[in-house]
Order: sequence, then C-alpha cells, then structure tokens
Amino acid sequence: MDFGFTEDQLAFRDAVRDLLRDRCPPAAVRAAWSGGTGIDADLWHALGAMGILGMLGPPDLGGLGLNEVDLVLILEETGRAAMPGPVVEHTAVGVPALTGTGHDDVVARAVAGQSVITCAPSADRVGWALAADHLIVGDGDRLRLLAPADITASHALETVDRSRRDMAIGWSGGELLDRADVGLARDRAALGTAAQLCGLATHLIEVTVDYAKARRQFGVAIGTYQALKHHLANATLLLEHARPAVYRAAWTVATGGSERERDVSMAKAMAGDAAARAARVALQCHGAIGYTWEHDLHLWMKRVWTLERAWGGTAYHRARVADAVLGGPAARA
Amino acid sequence: MDLSETPGQQAFRLEARDWLEANKPPLPMPPGDTADGFPVHRDWERRLFEGGWAVVSWPREFGGRDASLWEWLIFEEEYYRAGLPQRVAQNGIFLLAPTLFEFGTEDQRSRILRRMAAVEDLWCQGWSEPDAGSDLAGIKSRATRDEEAGGWRLSGQKTWTTRGAFCSHLFGLFRTDPEAERHHGMTYFLVDLASAGVTVRPVDKLDGDAGFAEVFFDDVFVGDDDVLGGVNEGWNVAMATTGSERGLTLRSPGRFGAVVDRLVDLYRRKDALGLIDDPALRAEVAGCWMEAEAYRLATAMTVTRLSAGHRMGPESSLNKVWWSEMDIHLHETALRLLGDDADLEGPWLKGFQFALSGPIYAGTNEIQRNVIAERVLGLPRR
Repeated sequence: MDFGFTEDQLAFRDAVRDLLRDRCPPAAVRAAWSGGTGIDADLWHALGAMGILGMLGPPDLGGLGLNEVDLVLILEETGRAAMPGPVVEHTAVGVPALTGTGHDDVVARAVAGQSVITCAPSADRVGWALAADHLIVGDGDRLRLLAPADITASHALETVDRSRRDMAIGWSGGELLDRADVGLARDRAALGTAAQLCGLATHLIEVTVDYAKARRQFGVAIGTYQALKHHLANATLLLEHARPAVYRAAWTVATGGSERERDVSMAKAMAGDAAARAARVALQCHGAIGYTWEHDLHLWMKRVWTLERAWGGTAYHRARVADAVLGGPAARA
Repeated sequence: MDLSETPGQQAFRLEARDWLEANKPPLPMPPGDTADGFPVHRDWERRLFEGGWAVVSWPREFGGRDASLWEWLIFEEEYYRAGLPQRVAQNGIFLLAPTLFEFGTEDQRSRILRRMAAVEDLWCQGWSEPDAGSDLAGIKSRATRDEEAGGWRLSGQKTWTTRGAFCSHLFGLFRTDPEAERHHGMTYFLVDLASAGVTVRPVDKLDGDAGFAEVFFDDVFVGDDDVLGGVNEGWNVAMATTGSERGLTLRSPGRFGAVVDRLVDLYRRKDALGLIDDPALRAEVAGCWMEAEAYRLATAMTVTRLSAGHRMGPESSLNKVWWSEMDIHLHETALRLLGDDADLEGPWLKGFQFALSGPIYAGTNEIQRNVIAERVLGLPRR
C-alpha cells in the first residue's frame, strides 16, 4: 500500500500552480465571463507547451503517456485557479477517447494545445460549443465526434457560471466513435470535475481564512470568533475527506479497477458536497462584501454550482454508490 | 501510488483471520464495563496476547510482532470483521504505550509494557477533573515533593475515568509546581491504584454500565521512577501523543467498516422483506458507507505520510471529529431502519449510546474544531 504521490508528480503540480498563479489570476477568470470564447488562447497554448493538455496522450503523438493519478493533481490546480475553458473535457476525456480511433492528426494537435476539444453528455447542453474545434457528445449509449461544420443550429444557454458558453446544438453528420467506451469517458469527466471541485473548495477556504484574519469587527479579527472557526472547520472536514476519495478514484481509473463506477461516483458526490459547503461558508464568512458582483468570490462559487451538477449531480452519483454497495434495482426485483 | 496489498500484507491478513476465527470466544460477549462482563473480556484479551495478536505493531520483546502500521490497520479490520468488541485494554495499549515508547525510561518500558499487553495490569487515564474537562490545563490535583522517600505525594480528584472501576493502574497529570500557571508545572505520573490513599468510586454511564469512576488521591506516594518524562514537563509529554487518542490508533477504520457492513446487511434484510418505507434511507445508507470508506482512505494517506517519517500533527483533530460524528450517523441510520421498535434494548441501541460519547471524550468536538481552525487553517486564537 502506498497512498501518496511521487516527488515528480508533486513537482509537476507545483509548476502548474505557479503557471496558473501568473497566467490565470482572478482578472483572467473574470475576463472569461465578459467576452470572447470563454477560452484564454494564450493560457491554452502555454498549457499545451507544458504538456498538460496531452498528459494522457500517447508519446508517439506528442503526449506524455501518463495516467489519471498524474493528472488528478493538475486538474485540482485548474479548479483552484477557476481556470476557464474545457480543460477536463479536452485533457481527461477527449484526448484518450480519440486515441486509437484513426484520428491521429486530431489527437496530435489537441495534445500540443493547437486545438480545443469539448465534450458533453448530450447535444442538449455543450459547453464552449462554438469555440471548440472538435465536439464529442453523447449520442444514446455511444459517443459522436462533431466538427463545427456539423452544427446546424445552436441556442445559447445562460449558465450561472458565465464563462462556459453552453449551447443546445442541433447537428447533422459527424462520426460515431464505435470503439470509444462511453462509460469510461463519462467517468473520466466526473473524476476530472471532482478534482476541480476539490481545487475550488481549497481556494474558497484559503481566501476566506485570509479575509477572516484581516477583517475586524468589535475590535478584533472576525477569525477569532468560534462561530466562524467552526464554519471553516466544517468545510475543511468535508474537503479533507473528499480529497482521498478523489485520489483513490484516479487510481482505480488508471489501473482499470473493477469498482470504477463506485469509486468515481463516491469521489464526485463527496467533492460536490465539499465544494458546495466551502462556497456557502465562504459567502457567509465574507458577509456583504462577498455578496457583490465586484468581489471575485462569486466567480468561484458559481463555478462550484455548475460543476457540482456537471457530469452527474450529487444525487445521481450517490445513487450509483448505493447500487454498487446495496445492490442495484435489478438485484432487488 | 499503489493501493493494492502486497503479498506479504495479504498473507498477514489471512494469518490474522485464521487465528481469530479459530480462537475467538462465543459472541456476542457481555458488556465489558460490568462486573460480570469484564472478566470475560479480560480473559479474551489475555488469549489474544498468548497468541501474539494483542499489540501487533509493538516490538517482539514487549509481546508484539513488529508489524508495520499497514499491518496494524489490516489486523484491526480483521478483528472487527470477526465481530469482536473494543478492547478493555485500549487506554493502556493505545494511549499510554505510545507515550512510554517516546518518553519512557528503559526501566519503565520493561516493567510496564509487557504486563500491559498481557492484561496483567489494566491502565486508565487520569486527566479530567471536576473543574477541568475541555480545559485540561485547569487541573488542580497536585503532587508535593517527598525528598526523604524519593518521590511524590499525590492529592486531589480525577473523574470520568473510563473503566476506572476495573483498572489496576492510572496514568495522569498532577501539578508539581504550585507557582506555575496553566500549562506549566504539571507532571505525568504512573500510579498503582492499589496504593494506600487511593479511593475508586464507580459511576454508571448513560447506558447504565459502570464504565466511569471517580478516583480520589489522599497523600498517595509515587516513587521517582514512576514519573513519565521530566518533572514539570507533563503537559508536553501528554500532548505529544494526543494524536493517538484523536486520530489514528484509538479508533481504527476497521472498527467502523465492520459497523457499516452490519448496517448494509440490515438494510438488505429489510429491503428484501419490503420493509423500507422511506426511499431516502437508501441514499442515507450509501452516505454512511462513503463516510466510513473516506475515513479508511484518509487514514491510508496518513499512514503513507507517517511511514515516510512525518509526524502526526493537528490534522488528528480532523480524524477525531470525522469518526465520532460518523459513528453517530451510522447508528442513527440503523435506528431509522429498525423503525418504531428501535427503542427496544439491542446492539444498535447500545452502540448508539456509546457513539454519543464520541464527540465528548478525547477533547470535545467543539475544541477539535477550534484546533482545526487555529492549527490547521491558521486562524488567530484571540
């Protein structure tokens, strides 16, 4: 048994943290809300150059040939920075789903950060649909690869997290990815989203601790009050028990474990709960200043609200755990 | 990262499972905190020692088998999976022993540890006093120097002493410097409860068992060789190993995994009979399973860090709040499954009442949340 990361994995994580601190400050998150495609092209290229976008890609196409255990720490950092764009869909889902499907050119460009792949459970709601170079959408129990030219209609959906540019799309043509494993693709997406939720919760707790140290009322820092301490301790409790579940799910996916659905769903449900609590506590501890559009807090909070529901909400994933642990509806009949 | 067990760990698991299966007493055993039940538990734990399974992670010279922390976790899983009860020797082997390993003299270790593991001596913890609960630094019991006799004379009162009515020895904190304030001037003493001047008065717990005691000290002599750590160093000695009480060693994940297994069984039996009238219970049971699994995983991360040479820090308060509140959640969920007859005496009701003590002992969860906020997150104390 060894439930830790290697020096290399941690060093890579630290390098990504530094890059995002530089290149993805809160102003960049805010900018993605107000204009453009919702994707910061310079940042995307920088991540491509660093190898992030091709972590799961095959080395002969320029990928790093790593696995979900390597990737999970990196995606957590992208959540911590509330990085805009489909980094989970592109990196954790799109690249591996297209690998070995005869689209080597697509994979090679995606790995290098020269293109953007978005993915969605169905065409009814696709994030960054008009910005992506390739779209992979659920089509019944299979995956369909679409190009922008295959989109015949689009209707913008205004998500609470306005960086996403979600669309309901109509399409014609494209290609069914016969060999792609839909369940695996969805679980990779849920796992990556769970990692981002942990990162978001980490940031929300950190900035709230900082605020509680600085803000003074009744002559003392509000962080001295036990009521605030307990709010923040409760959020920390959930986060520090969700994180191991997310790391374990990464290991299960990376090793092709038989309990993949159970472990991924546990990770997504616990990370969703932890991030939702962190967001709630962060707002309450900030008070009125956090309730303004101008303050950055809501950018993180609203990302949590959206990702908590993305790739299966908490109730869905909890029910999948229940089926795995208690026996499914079929077993009960 | 590799979450699979090594062949050695698998072999250890099977060896433990086989031994426990072949040697375990008739179950369920009577409650350990009763005059009738206590000897049954003591005899079982002596059998455990004879088999070499009482303290697997200790060195062989004290009755252990030099097992790694991973193997200790595996043993605990097998122990509770076999349906066996919590140990009456626990406060000695899980709380005092780590302190002896860190601060004890060679003489103390050789006098105390093996007898403790063999349940020849049974140790209780003497920390709380009538006016010092969460505020442990407020203790008033004192020790005065007896230079002529080469030791100390204890006086005062300890309370809520778990299993005090059945124990032979007590480890506790006493004030040795009356001038010093609060956390200073305390010393950690090892006391034979058969000494002249000790009075033990049993106190019944919430569930009616005599699980508590008040212990009175009236000029009780303790020799210098029964001071653990330095004189006036008691606070630091005691705090150095509170991590074991709050976190890893006192409440292993295996204990809660076994409770969840029983809860899942209960759900399935009720479900098969069509007796689950509230569909929310399904999600609730799944939530219980996830909490116990998360505790197991968080512990595995901690053991990975400890195995790499890190020390247990204030994050042990996270463990303590988690397992104690989870334990209540598991039992409350079972009582909901049992329905309107859940107030009839039975193992779940008994376990529920014990679980309610979890957020109180070993530092209340209110104090633990303060520790998390101040020492993990860095919020200001005042």
